[in-house]
Amino acid sequence: MAIRPDETFHATAQLAMQAPVEKYGFTVMLSPDGAQSDGIAVVDLDESSSTYGQIVHQVIVPNKGDEFHHFGWNACSSSLSPLTGHAFLERRYLIVPGIRSSRIYIIDVKEPLKAKIHKTIEPEELFAKTGYSRPHTIHCGPEGIYVSTLGGGGEDGTDGPPGIFIMDCETFEIIGRYEMDRGPQDKHYDFWWNLPQDYMVSSEWGLPPQFENGIVAEDLLSNKYGHSIHFWDLRKRKNVQTIDLGENHQMALEIRPAHDPKKSYGFCGVVVDTTNLQGAIFTWWRDDDGKWQAKKTITIDPQPADPDDLPELLKGFSAVPPLVTDIDLSLDDKFLYVACWGTGEMHQYDVSDPMNPVLAGKVELGGIVKDTKHPNGEDFAFGPQMVEVSRDGSRVYWTNSLYSTWDDQFYPDDEGGQMVMARANESGGLELDKHFYIDFPKGYRSHQIRLEGGDCSTDSFCYPNV
Amino acid sequence: MESISSLWWAVIGSGIYHGINPGMGWPLAVSAALMNNKRSSLFTALGMLAFGHLLAMLSILLPFSLMTALAKHERELRIGAGVLVILMGIYLLINRKHPRFLSRVHPARLALWSFLAAMAHGAGLMLVPIYLGICATADSGHLAAQSIISGNVFNAITVGITHTLAMIFSGGVIALVTYYWLGLRFVSKTWFNLDIVWAISLVIVGVTAIFTSM
Repeated sequence: MAIRPDETFHATAQLAMQAPVEKYGFTVMLSPDGAQSDGIAVVDLDESSSTYGQIVHQVIVPNKGDEFHHFGWNACSSSLSPLTGHAFLERRYLIVPGIRSSRIYIIDVKEPLKAKIHKTIEPEELFAKTGYSRPHTIHCGPEGIYVSTLGGGGEDGTDGPPGIFIMDCETFEIIGRYEMDRGPQDKHYDFWWNLPQDYMVSSEWGLPPQFENGIVAEDLLSNKYGHSIHFWDLRKRKNVQTIDLGENHQMALEIRPAHDPKKSYGFCGVVVDTTNLQGAIFTWWRDDDGKWQAKKTITIDPQPADPDDLPELLKGFSAVPPLVTDIDLSLDDKFLYVACWGTGEMHQYDVSDPMNPVLAGKVELGGIVKDTKHPNGEDFAFGPQMVEVSRDGSRVYWTNSLYSTWDDQFYPDDEGGQMVMARANESGGLELDKHFYIDFPKGYRSHQIRLEGGDCSTDSFCYPNV
Repeated sequence: MESISSLWWAVIGSGIYHGINPGMGWPLAVSAALMNNKRSSLFTALGMLAFGHLLAMLSILLPFSLMTALAKHERELRIGAGVLVILMGIYLLINRKHPRFLSRVHPARLALWSFLAAMAHGAGLMLVPIYLGICATADSGHLAAQSIISGNVFNAITVGITHTLAMIFSGGVIALVTYYWLGLRFVSKTWFNLDIVWAISLVIVGVTAIFTSM
């Protein structure tokens, strides 16, 4: 336990934006066929460094086939609430789950260049203590570390619904299930919250048989993937309302609440509308009567394409869907970044008015049909996917892989992992940095990025902006 | 025997000590005012924090005030209280984890949270030896048990209120200064980990109580 709060904990999102910029990034290294062990790449992001924009260290785990995906910090700015008694935690460990193996690694990154495994939680322990499998999203909050899972019990993860479990934020012991009353929630993906207002929002992807061996086209066309978002009383651990976005809105994935806890709204990205192949963003908010509402505020159209340019899965549609697979909101709640993994575009929306987003910037890179090259002339495999925004909002980093088996279905001819960065203009506009392009070691794809000292999808703030 | 004024200063001093510690709640008052866009919310929040704290003090002090009726066992009582405070300090030194139930309290229920936080950290317990010292200084040798109790109940309430006023005044001043001038950056700047210092203070208060009652 430290004597002072960690310098990377900030009372407000505003203060986090003014903090020193990131010097390191941590990015998932994924071996899609399990031939090599997965790992975390430590990337030098210090522009004054001679190794800027390079992988300067790798933490490769001893097992194979974990399938790293999302990961998060053991502690963040949420520790600055007196309510929780965690003010003296260090932001030091990355909690890295394997969504295929259900194994969880705790990686000590206190010295980024010497980052190493601190503890490993074996899948059996997770199964025994929670009945959940396939751990996914990590957030640090009032009761410790919260981890969402994609699967329930049993071999294929369909024995009981998936949910969230809680880990002790000091010992990393698994404490147990979060939910006391899950209501109609039977699938899971992402979750996030507003701590002072005491609500949580969770989303749905699909059950393990619907994704582990690839996307199941029949399930998608019969609208069997998740299409609801759930609102929870965070501390009572109770589902208080479920909003069905409409069954055609397949795969409601990332939940991005406004960072300023005074606001009672946020966004959710929907991968594909099965009636027209559009991608969509819903804005959700709490109305004056305290009821939750959701409305589609952004639609992104599919692009017509020659069936010869399309993978088997899409040939019949003669169009490429945008496939909105990740979104991220800048700390000032001003810009929402939307990854269109199918068409190969990164959109930047001005969401100052959350009910009326306006497209402010766009970058084309990769894509099923366009396959746009990076400004440095190099290929970009797949399309823009996991996106992470720097605290000050000036740099937008992203990688290219969605999920091993899905990459292969949508991009049967592509292979490789890349991480790139675009510079965002304060008043809107986005441009790729020609010199920032990291090609991952052979055999590895890349996924989520975390920035040293926190980023736009990790920290929860306990105090409103002034 | 300690002088009566130093005992009262200890009551006030421990209140200030609680009050300035962000962990005991003053940042929540700043947050409340900003969340509601209302200055008055800051004072409402301080009031709730104070109420919870006072309740925690009294729920520890009042049982002891009833026990002071056993005037001839006064020494044993003071030694017993001293031992209890020492044990609480040692427990907090060994078990450094914060009780998880505190984080299950709704953020708006500040009185409940303040009460539970004070109880969990033995804040009321720390006042007991000081309080018993104050009771002992009153010349009660020839009074009936009934009037001793009522006198000591009055003392307990006075000790609780004095301590809580000192706490909420010191915390309130910092909350106001943060709200009006310094900004929320001050929250993390003023926060020091006093867990060990607090646990050791309990032990010291307990040991002092035992020695002075000998």
